[in-house]
Amino acid sequence: MLSSTPESATPSLATHPAMRRAERSALRMAVKRFWRNVNARIGFGLIALFTLIALFAPKIAPAGYDDENLLGRLKSPSGLHWIGTDELGRDVFSRVIYGARISMTVGLAAVSGALVTGALLGIAAGYVGGRLDGLIMRMMDIMLAFPSVILAIGIVAMRGPGLNNTILAVSIVNIPVYARVARASTLAIKEHEYVTAARAMGARAWRVLMRAILPNAASPLVVQATLGVAGAILDAAALGFLGLGAQPPTPEWGAMLSDSYKYLLTAFWAALAPGVAIALVVLGFNLAGTGSTTPSTPACLRGERGRRPLPPARSPPDERQVRRRCRPQARRPAAPRGPRPVRG
Amino acid sequence: MSRYILRRVITLMPILLGVSAAAFLMIHLIPGDPATVYLGEHASPDSIKRVQHEFGLDRPLPIQYGIYLWRVIQGDLGDSLETHRKVIVEFVPRFPATIELSLGAITVALLVGVPIGLLSAARPNSILDRAGMFVALTGVSLPVFWLGLMLVYIFSVYLHVLPTAGQLGVNYSLTPVTRIDILDGLLTGNFPAALDALRHLILPSVTLSSYSTAIIARMTRASMLDALHQDYIRTARAKGLAGRPVIIGHGLRNALLPIVTVIGLQVGFLLTGAILTETIFSWPGVGRFMYDSILFRDYPVILGGILLFSLVFVLVNLCVDVLYAFLDPRIRYA
Repeated sequence: MLSSTPESATPSLATHPAMRRAERSALRMAVKRFWRNVNARIGFGLIALFTLIALFAPKIAPAGYDDENLLGRLKSPSGLHWIGTDELGRDVFSRVIYGARISMTVGLAAVSGALVTGALLGIAAGYVGGRLDGLIMRMMDIMLAFPSVILAIGIVAMRGPGLNNTILAVSIVNIPVYARVARASTLAIKEHEYVTAARAMGARAWRVLMRAILPNAASPLVVQATLGVAGAILDAAALGFLGLGAQPPTPEWGAMLSDSYKYLLTAFWAALAPGVAIALVVLGFNLAGTGSTTPSTPACLRGERGRRPLPPARSPPDERQVRRRCRPQARRPAAPRGPRPVRG
Repeated sequence: MSRYILRRVITLMPILLGVSAAAFLMIHLIPGDPATVYLGEHASPDSIKRVQHEFGLDRPLPIQYGIYLWRVIQGDLGDSLETHRKVIVEFVPRFPATIELSLGAITVALLVGVPIGLLSAARPNSILDRAGMFVALTGVSLPVFWLGLMLVYIFSVYLHVLPTAGQLGVNYSLTPVTRIDILDGLLTGNFPAALDALRHLILPSVTLSSYSTAIIARMTRASMLDALHQDYIRTARAKGLAGRPVIIGHGLRNALLPIVTVIGLQVGFLLTGAILTETIFSWPGVGRFMYDSILFRDYPVILGGILLFSLVFVLVNLCVDVLYAFLDPRIRYA
């Protein structure tokens, strides 16, 4: 009977063995493609490295992040202090190690918040359409009218400095990005037969959204989120540098830079290390995010032109695909001068 | 064309209203009463009430928003808590310095980014391409403020070739005409000062441009690859044109449109980056002023700055849209 379908019909759609196989193999293919890309592998390696550092910080760091030694201030790197000490005599290496915890947490938490909120708003706008769509997307437009860090500065200035408010601010300013991606995917997906089928079987809107649309809209969102973590870490570091983020003695990388730049002339190592750490983590997420987009968008298959938002980075396309599709144009040496002889 | 511009300006209005409403709400969500902040903690209840009445803080919120909007339209963004002067009066003289820095950064970004993108696209997947794209990826991954510090350390502290900070050396003085130091130096014939201003501009510009350079390089590469695979390129090559005229004349000309858009979008990053870059280089622009206001918790200035920055951002994007429609007639009639 139709009235009993909401609970029984849709699961059979999603849990059907063929569907599961297809899902599994799609995932496997995505992983395979990702792994074939050198950039993606390097990115993944960097993320894994910093995740381990963050998890085992107390075991790796030779000293606590707040162990002051006023007699050993601004000491240059040595066997005892690998990257020297800062203006309060704290071991810079240990602080950078502990800082990984904060930056990774801030990056992941801020993006998770933005992803969940943005995706919900986006698929709701795309699926329901009409006034709700207009309302949500106009709100997103207004948020996009602010340069992101500027809006984040406003939010933190309003709520007071601190790590939690930094996460909240970075999260809020990133919502529109995910809302737009989710809406665009939803608009395309909702025309598919399986969505119509799910609705015809009587599934409620919420169920259609969660079981039929969200899983299919997930992959562009995941790519965007990977790149988003990189941006979030940079934004949080910028807020930290402006004194709006983590407060002392928290070893946040941006705040460490802001403390150490007054001593640049005497102790440049204290400023060098946190910056290198930020750059490596951000590079890792950028490489991984780019690597996961590349195989599906080979440069020579592109037809999209005209105005678009900041694109996800395009790194060199998968080589085999390029060789197969672009060789005649891309690999050809400079064209010979003068008209070519006509054959045949 | 004028109809297109009019249409774009009209669609801008709700966005600007929304932006002003958001900025207004931020002011009102700040913990603590603005009147108390204005007068200090030990103000008497009477004087607080008087200031509240004076600022219209005792009225209903929608009316307050109306008053606020009316003031903003007249260019009144409130008074600085620190200097007790009008926020707009504080901002205006500082804008030329920021414009100088932003123009410097855009110049660097174009001079470096476009060639990198061109070289990468001309030989996709070559060593040069991979190196170029790695540089671009590093550019988007480096924190602006850290890059600035390292450049200062290398070029000013270690090599002593460029000045560490400021807009002009203390030995030089300029009669302000445009307040853009290089221009003023050239206009008044004070060439040594103009040269010194240029030397001061190099490091901040390179720092501020790092992100934009990377984005422009990537965008140039992508849109060049797109253009180079069009039929007219094959036609040009088929009729016997050599490599360079095809790439520059046929490819780049058509690839320029998306690049123009990206430059417009970069203005937002330049304004944000200005806060960080100007702080590091003690550059006397609006960014540095914003930083000082953040330190002093000077809310009217912070929020006024946010509103101004957003306004500039929105207007620059409007200009880019118009320019874009001018360059590509298909958009005008869409």
